[in-house]
Amino acid sequence: MMNTWLKSGTPWIWLNGGAVAVCMVMVVGLLGLIAVRGFGHFWAADVAEIEIVNPQDGSRELVLGEIVRSQQISAVVARDAGNEVPEGIDLLTRFLIKQGNRDQTGKDFVWYTEIGMQPFRYPENAVVIERRELGNFYGYPVKLVQDGEEIPADSERFWESLQASVDRSIVLHDEIKAIERRRIGRINTDIARLRLDARSLQLRSVSGDERLQEESRIEQRQAELNADYGVLRQELDLLYDATRRDSLRMRMDNGAEVDVSFATIVRVTAPNTMSVASKTGQYLVRLWEFLTHDPREANTEGGIFPAIFGTVTMVFVMSIIVTPFGILAAIYLREYAPQNLMTRIIRISVYNLAGVPSIVYGVFGLGFFVYFLGGSIDQMFYQAKLPAPTFGTPGLFWASLTLALLTLPIVIVSTEEGLARIPTTIRQGSLALGATKSETLWKVVVPLATPAMMTGLILAIARAAGEVAPLMLVGVVKLAPTLPVDGVFPYIHLERKIMHLGFHIYDVGFQSPNVEAARPLVYATALVLVFLIVVLNLSAIAIRNRLRERYRSASD
Amino acid sequence: MNTQAEPRAAQITTSVAGSLAGKAGSMVSQVNEVEKILVKDLNLYYGNDIALKNIGLSIPEKKVTAFIGPSGCGKSTLLRCFNRMNDLIDSCRITGEIILDGQNIFNRGVDVAELRRNVGMVFQKPNPFPKSIYENVAYGLRLQGVNAKGLLDEVVERSLRGAALWDEVKDRLNDNAFGLSGGQQQRLVIARAIAIEPEVILLDEPASALDPISTAKIEELIYELKDQYTIVIVTHNMQQAARVSDYTAFMYMGDLVEFDHTEKLFTKPALKQTEDYITGRYG
Repeated sequence: MMNTWLKSGTPWIWLNGGAVAVCMVMVVGLLGLIAVRGFGHFWAADVAEIEIVNPQDGSRELVLGEIVRSQQISAVVARDAGNEVPEGIDLLTRFLIKQGNRDQTGKDFVWYTEIGMQPFRYPENAVVIERRELGNFYGYPVKLVQDGEEIPADSERFWESLQASVDRSIVLHDEIKAIERRRIGRINTDIARLRLDARSLQLRSVSGDERLQEESRIEQRQAELNADYGVLRQELDLLYDATRRDSLRMRMDNGAEVDVSFATIVRVTAPNTMSVASKTGQYLVRLWEFLTHDPREANTEGGIFPAIFGTVTMVFVMSIIVTPFGILAAIYLREYAPQNLMTRIIRISVYNLAGVPSIVYGVFGLGFFVYFLGGSIDQMFYQAKLPAPTFGTPGLFWASLTLALLTLPIVIVSTEEGLARIPTTIRQGSLALGATKSETLWKVVVPLATPAMMTGLILAIARAAGEVAPLMLVGVVKLAPTLPVDGVFPYIHLERKIMHLGFHIYDVGFQSPNVEAARPLVYATALVLVFLIVVLNLSAIAIRNRLRERYRSASD
Repeated sequence: MNTQAEPRAAQITTSVAGSLAGKAGSMVSQVNEVEKILVKDLNLYYGNDIALKNIGLSIPEKKVTAFIGPSGCGKSTLLRCFNRMNDLIDSCRITGEIILDGQNIFNRGVDVAELRRNVGMVFQKPNPFPKSIYENVAYGLRLQGVNAKGLLDEVVERSLRGAALWDEVKDRLNDNAFGLSGGQQQRLVIARAIAIEPEVILLDEPASALDPISTAKIEELIYELKDQYTIVIVTHNMQQAARVSDYTAFMYMGDLVEFDHTEKLFTKPALKQTEDYITGRYG
């Protein structure tokens, strides 16, 4: 009976199905874990007030914060860590509390053992303040000073007025940012350009009248720019003054009262009073901020927009480079090259290229592209800026070029496969009508092979978007001051350094000074990266499907 | 019987010599037509294997000439010589001449693409391009640089009418060609071939992949086309050759055994070998 069952082939079906099921479980499990850990970060957690009574001397300590997680530890470990553990207890639980207030206490994440812990309370007036610097602030509001008027915390108007102040200060902050980033930034760019002009005067050894003329022009322009700067500076000072108009006094869990400046406040909430609906709303807002804002606090807070933008831009530039080279190389290998030993050697070499470790590409990119090519470009075109390198340093273009090299074999292989699959009858039909070989190729064969080329591109994008090792050497940085695309000609700046999602994960997870704060962001960023690759792949697949419909192969 | 070396002369007699060593009898017939293609001492080798042995033949203008014979006798190979499609096969080597309009098509200076525009071909399995019906027919013209919509429309209609397909597709010219049935696709391919106005059309077993009704339509089409084009058709089907052609060449194992008016070849063949084949004594 067992034998017939084995022979019937059914066990193999179960085996195959089981393998697929295991794979699905692993994928879904991974995504689920990342999602829960990562996107759970944005859900407004309740703020707990924990009273801890020391069993020995009866002193009371108040702790206000979010409960991050808990752990079971043995009494020995607890005692080693310096906690007082009464005799007779072997196993105890300890809680990681996010207390925030880094500027006041120096530590925002603290472990507390359960010894002496009273039941948790969730006071309604516990307030969380998200700040631009120094992390969250947890406390109880005391009073708000708005336009000189004092509004105590228990007044009915308090909360509304507080939100109004927060909104106003955010508007001010955006204005300040706009002036600093854009207008003063432009002045700075112009001043830098003037400096370059002066330097190039030196280099070109201009003399006489022309030199005097140029120098006076530079001086004049510099004076103009300084004047503009002075005006903007005044504006800024006014705005900064405006931000100091309101202030908020808070009481921390240890009883101390501090003033929290509105200039740093991003959001004020009282999570214990929020309904699910408003928490969901806030969740979406925070998620949106995560995706569209710049990072703060050494990448441990804020958003990851520059990383998303850098990744997408880099993938784009890489596609533009790899597609023509890959397709033309494949067409040559398949259609024009004589099928002899030399061609076979070339083809094998190309396939082997796909197996080279990506960090080797990084080293090659650094040595050849950045130093040699980039250095030569600097010598030829950017003399005035030397010794500060323009292209002789890692940047967007070199990163894209390195990844294009990495994914070239994939595109070549896919395109060759696509070309090989086109039936000879189609080619013969075209030739019999008087087309030359190249006409047949470009008018009939290549359009038919387009879905295969898209497949190659999809695979290339999937591979390149996830590679991190080579990028660390040739173009990405922890924090880039500007995006590679902006409104200044030539609009896309290939020499700028970029941020990258994969590298960001590494940086946030392993290089950040505050591991506990950064951990949820690692998961969130990983999820965004996975999602981005899925979106890129799906769109390329959609384009390919539409092309497939149009160029339905003759073999269908 | 004398052979005059000027093609396009009013009357040429051709002498077809089964003149290979060991051939049982040589066969000669008088053909009073204008000659379109003259094959002279044609030998074709695939590597070291000989596939066509010393073929000598004259294809008359504006008539249908059929090549018949058992599988592997070289009829398709010979047909493909006429538009130099054998050039695509690396191991193929050809000696001898094929003279079309006074010029040997194997000469060094000959533009092969131009030759193929003049000598069109329809293959055994219909091979329309994965484009619309309109674009399929217009393909040849676009290759020549003709892009004017008015002119293309006119030629497309004329070709589709000539291929007896216009009425069936005139409302869906922009549909994909693969939506047509096998018979329609083959007629589309014929339309595509005649759109560039060749002088000769080569048909390599055009109806063998089609059902009887489509086959009948194709045969009718060939009958109509022969007024304007010189047609050479290779066919497995002797009855088809008998129905459709004016002249028939019987080939066997790379040799041209007999070439004559179709009626005569099928009723009173000169050689026993031919008679054996026609009566079905061997396939």
